[in-house]
Amino acid sequence: MRTVRIIAGLTLREAVRRKIVLAALLMGSVFLTVYAVGFYYINQDMTREAGVAPLIAFKEMRNFILMAGLYVVNFLTMGMAILTSIDTLSGEISSGTVQTLVAKPVRRWEIVLGKWLGFVVILTLYLLLMGGGVIGAVLAISGHQAPKPLLGLSLIWLNAVLVLNLSFFGGSRLSTLANGVLAFGMYGIGFVGGWIEQVGWLAQKQAAVHVGIVSSLLFPGEAMWKRAAHELQTPLVKALGVSPFSFQSPPNNVMIGYAAFYAAVVLLLAVRKFGQRDL
Amino acid sequence: MNDTTPAIETIGLRKVFGDKVAVEDLSLRVERGEVFGFLGPNGAGKTTSVKMLLGLSAPTSGRGLLLGSPVGTASALRKVGFLPEHFRFHDWLKAHEFLFVHGRLYGMNGQALKTRVPQLLDLVGLTAHSEKRLSDFSKGMLQRIGLAQALLNEPEVVFLDEPTSGLDPLGRRLVRDIIRDLKTRGTTVFLNSHLLSEVEVTCDRVSFVKHGRVVQTSPLKSLMNGLLHVEIRAQKITPDTIAGLRRWSPTVDATGERIRLELSEETFLPEIHRYLVQQGADVYSVTPQRISLEELFVQIVGSEVGL
Repeated sequence: MRTVRIIAGLTLREAVRRKIVLAALLMGSVFLTVYAVGFYYINQDMTREAGVAPLIAFKEMRNFILMAGLYVVNFLTMGMAILTSIDTLSGEISSGTVQTLVAKPVRRWEIVLGKWLGFVVILTLYLLLMGGGVIGAVLAISGHQAPKPLLGLSLIWLNAVLVLNLSFFGGSRLSTLANGVLAFGMYGIGFVGGWIEQVGWLAQKQAAVHVGIVSSLLFPGEAMWKRAAHELQTPLVKALGVSPFSFQSPPNNVMIGYAAFYAAVVLLLAVRKFGQRDL
Repeated sequence: MNDTTPAIETIGLRKVFGDKVAVEDLSLRVERGEVFGFLGPNGAGKTTSVKMLLGLSAPTSGRGLLLGSPVGTASALRKVGFLPEHFRFHDWLKAHEFLFVHGRLYGMNGQALKTRVPQLLDLVGLTAHSEKRLSDFSKGMLQRIGLAQALLNEPEVVFLDEPTSGLDPLGRRLVRDIIRDLKTRGTTVFLNSHLLSEVEVTCDRVSFVKHGRVVQTSPLKSLMNGLLHVEIRAQKITPDTIAGLRRWSPTVDATGERIRLELSEETFLPEIHRYLVQQGADVYSVTPQRISLEELFVQIVGSEVGL
């Protein structure tokens, strides 16, 4: 585990030194500022018109804006997961940087796991900053709290880890560019499948629902967002299904289990391939 | 594992990429404390061989032991240092941080590294650049820091793959001195090099590889003593005199007043000299010329251009 710690530390240090952390913090702050200011004014307008609309509509409106923020956070975290990790294996293999690491008395799986751990730490902190920032801004400005924020964030986290592990899987066998195509491509399949399923549900087209389910099985990332959105939704919207963030058929717990299993298997395959291949 | 096990021992190590045989049959034995030169044209499988020994590349068949442990295992690498041919490092690290991280990967603790890292920076002449990031290093400086990295754990075997390729003459001398120093400490050095002049002055024994196969392994001394080229400048030489020289040399190449011979022993020189005088020749000079390793290299691996 010592090697895992060293490599994880190295990965974190790299993120700091190569200004990835700085850029993320900077852009994250700008995002949160814009979001908070926007929310502040919308909330002010709503409160001013308090006499006109029923109180319940405010709550739904606030939650809708909260969901919009978290939707972007979900996407950004997923993007961070891909962009930061996409060349960590393939890049170091092709440049030969990995040679001096592997020729040490270490096991290859320790190197993969160390890197993975480093990225998980970065992603977790990023998600906590961004997701926590959005939820916190809404709470501070309007006093509105999303239902089950921790569960929601955990599912968004799982989505990011899925993408991260997929990027490790590709990085252990593909070039950096091909790996990027794989990671985004897989995410795209899951994403479009999710919408097809949703539309299929609304239009009562069973075939479309099946296509959606299959694509979620191919890559269950988007399904995790759907479940997260479901958990973060207010009961009323959940029941009515009137928002782009409410899904008629939120993925069940089996799907979450499947996603966790998928993530583990993909990482394991990455470890195995990296352990066997010529470097 | 005791000190009598060879540093490196391989039997029929073979590596095939698809239908291309990179290493046909690597059977080697390198004793402890030897400076071993591994020579061959480009594409002969030298780097692939080193990669197999270090576990970077899995052999298709055959087996190898490194300090008594099977190649490819972590325990085999505990006392091994390695400078790759195309060295690339995490260049966002500062020089001392780089050595520190790699030292920790060897399992060294912080205390030991606090003394070892400055020692090595000093050894490779980079003390003044300790705080510099590797991205600001020149190729030669990177090679030096890479060399320091290969010596962190006071290894028993050091693999150097073309260690002088990017270095200026001063850097090359530094590498030569370091190899000599390692030898006096009893460290085994496995040297892949194209710079035969380097090999000539540092190695105890050399192997020539061609098409992934060791074609000859000999102590450098006996190789270099093997054939002695002699150039004689003399006048009044008759064809009979020239014919008589074949007693000592299988090839006699005479043009004008110059005669070139190939001798197997240095002791023939005074005999030849005496003979020529007795035959009535006027001898102006007898100049022995050691055959260079380069000529030997061409003789052994052939003059066909490497891939």
